[in-house]
Amino acid sequence: MLTYIVRRLLAAVGLLLVVTLITFWIFYILPLWAGQTPQSLAAAYVGKQQDPLALRAVVDRFGFDKPLFAQYFDYVIGIVHGRTYSDGVSLIHCNAPCFGYSFKNYEQVWPTLLSRAPVTVSIALGAGVLWLVFGVLSGVISAVRKGSIADRVSMGIALAGVALPVYFVGPLLEALTGRWNTTYVPFLSNPFQWAQHLSIPWVALAFGYAALYARMTRAGMLDALNEDFVRTARAKGVRERKVLYRHALRSALTPIITIFGMDLGAVLGGAVLLEVTFSLPGLGLLAINSIQQDDFPVVMGVTLLAAFFIVVANIVVDVFYAVVDPRVRLA
Amino acid sequence: MTMTRESDGTFLPGADAAPAAPAIEGRSLGRIAWNRLKRDRLAMAGGVVVLLLVLAALLAGPLSALSGNDPDSLHNKLIDPNYQIPYGGMGGISARHWLGVDLPNGRDLFSRVLYGARVSLGIAGTSTLVALVIGVALGLVAGYFGGWVDAIISRIMDVFLAFPLLLFSIAIIGVLPDTAFGLSGSGLRFGVLVVVIGFFSWPYIGRIVRGQTIALREREFIAAARSLGARPGRIIVRELLPNLLAPILVYATLLIPANILFEAGLSFLGVGVKDPTPSWGAMINSAISTFQIDPEYLIVPGTAIFVTVLAFNLLGDGLRDAFDPKGSR
Repeated sequence: MLTYIVRRLLAAVGLLLVVTLITFWIFYILPLWAGQTPQSLAAAYVGKQQDPLALRAVVDRFGFDKPLFAQYFDYVIGIVHGRTYSDGVSLIHCNAPCFGYSFKNYEQVWPTLLSRAPVTVSIALGAGVLWLVFGVLSGVISAVRKGSIADRVSMGIALAGVALPVYFVGPLLEALTGRWNTTYVPFLSNPFQWAQHLSIPWVALAFGYAALYARMTRAGMLDALNEDFVRTARAKGVRERKVLYRHALRSALTPIITIFGMDLGAVLGGAVLLEVTFSLPGLGLLAINSIQQDDFPVVMGVTLLAAFFIVVANIVVDVFYAVVDPRVRLA
Repeated sequence: MTMTRESDGTFLPGADAAPAAPAIEGRSLGRIAWNRLKRDRLAMAGGVVVLLLVLAALLAGPLSALSGNDPDSLHNKLIDPNYQIPYGGMGGISARHWLGVDLPNGRDLFSRVLYGARVSLGIAGTSTLVALVIGVALGLVAGYFGGWVDAIISRIMDVFLAFPLLLFSIAIIGVLPDTAFGLSGSGLRFGVLVVVIGFFSWPYIGRIVRGQTIALREREFIAAARSLGARPGRIIVRELLPNLLAPILVYATLLIPANILFEAGLSFLGVGVKDPTPSWGAMINSAISTFQIDPEYLIVPGTAIFVTVLAFNLLGDGLRDAFDPKGSR
């Protein structure tokens, strides 16, 4: 078990390196391919009103004219160890983990990310619980009572739910419930208002996922109910309830939990569409606002953090798998 | 259902054959699937709606001319300057403007939704094509050759499937300057959207094709081709590919609505298609702030997305069931 976890952790470190490589490519190499010069790139990072001499200095200090692999090296070292920038007047130290320094707001990216994270975490946890519970529940009911009215109705809703984007469901829910106040209230300042104000965004985000999970659970349950081990369980006289929930559901649930881990990881990195729909100041809204202001270091920070969440989710899912299914450990 | 296999020609219906005896006819997979699909009312309804949508997108010009409108004319006089919403409530629906007008300048929503269909289906369709080319090619190669080739391609697909694609797309589109790769303006936008969406959605196709290729690889007809001395390239293109057309068709049909949502999402976020080019996602974005006082403006493009995605999903699900060899309908 321990060697398995160590192996997965090593793989995760590799994946993180790939992630930094991709974000580095997007923010430092792609613009060059698209015809930007180191000078115009520096201008994008520092602000557009720079005279050529100052830009020249920025290019030097940021190392935009260094070989790409050297730039990448600085970038990765910055993340794990911190780095020092100079804006020409004073030195700015960016502490580890250095996710960059925003020259638009004159602040380090990491504290900004930390200040936005609670909003996104609140959204993800509330919605995640909702969609897992409702999705799996209606999927199981549909599978057990296949062809019944309950099955048809919930699968009909699920079919519609998959086709309804969150930025359409959100306003519709607000109109239906007459609750338009979705400003974020920190959990610690007032837990009741926190939940009340987030309830509509939670339902809006959970709806589409629940629809997907209901369809997956139903298909998985129907497959499992056709398996030999279910027939064996029935043949040896196990009670039907136990067959359904201890045998069939357990095997149908494993892939669902995997996908849940990945989806939750993805939402933790910023529920972009939802946050923009409800103007919730989470990581996703931060990324969009920063893109509109050409504040690339912040966007890069959010992207990196989002990818980091997904890698962590990957590890958690892998470990979960190893606990549930002994075959994985031995393989 | 009863499966009828290709008869080898021994059954010759004579003139005196009993008329009641059902003729045994060979039925191809396509024919079987079509017969099943015809009986699936939901899938057929989805198919009809898809056809109508494609027609509407192609005929966006003449159709909006039918109502005497075009997507770009401003009708500022239709907007109540005091409340900043169309006169008369109902989002400005009238004999001239069948679906009302948008805000703040009163452009005709009927024509904008039609032209939006063209943008939406055009980008989703083209990017699905990009995804198909990459996904089918890499899936076939990974599945056929196996070994380290498969390991590398599969790992790449895993990485792609697990990433915050929306954020990555936002970043990519955001860092690109206004003029790049010899393109500018909306041409650049379209090109970038097609490439980004296609590039991020190929693993879905790739994974399916890889799995099916592995299943087919061990079949007799592939072994026969190999023993006749066919090269891998020929086996892949002439033997494997034709047998994979059904799953490719099914998953392409299911990928189109996913890509429609992808494009609409990016446009909603302001990093996709830009005004004045009509796009459903961008329309929702500009309608959302006035939803409380003018809900009609948001409901029109929202319903357009919903109906389109639902129709493609119904058709895709139906196709999948119809081509499913285990299916019994």
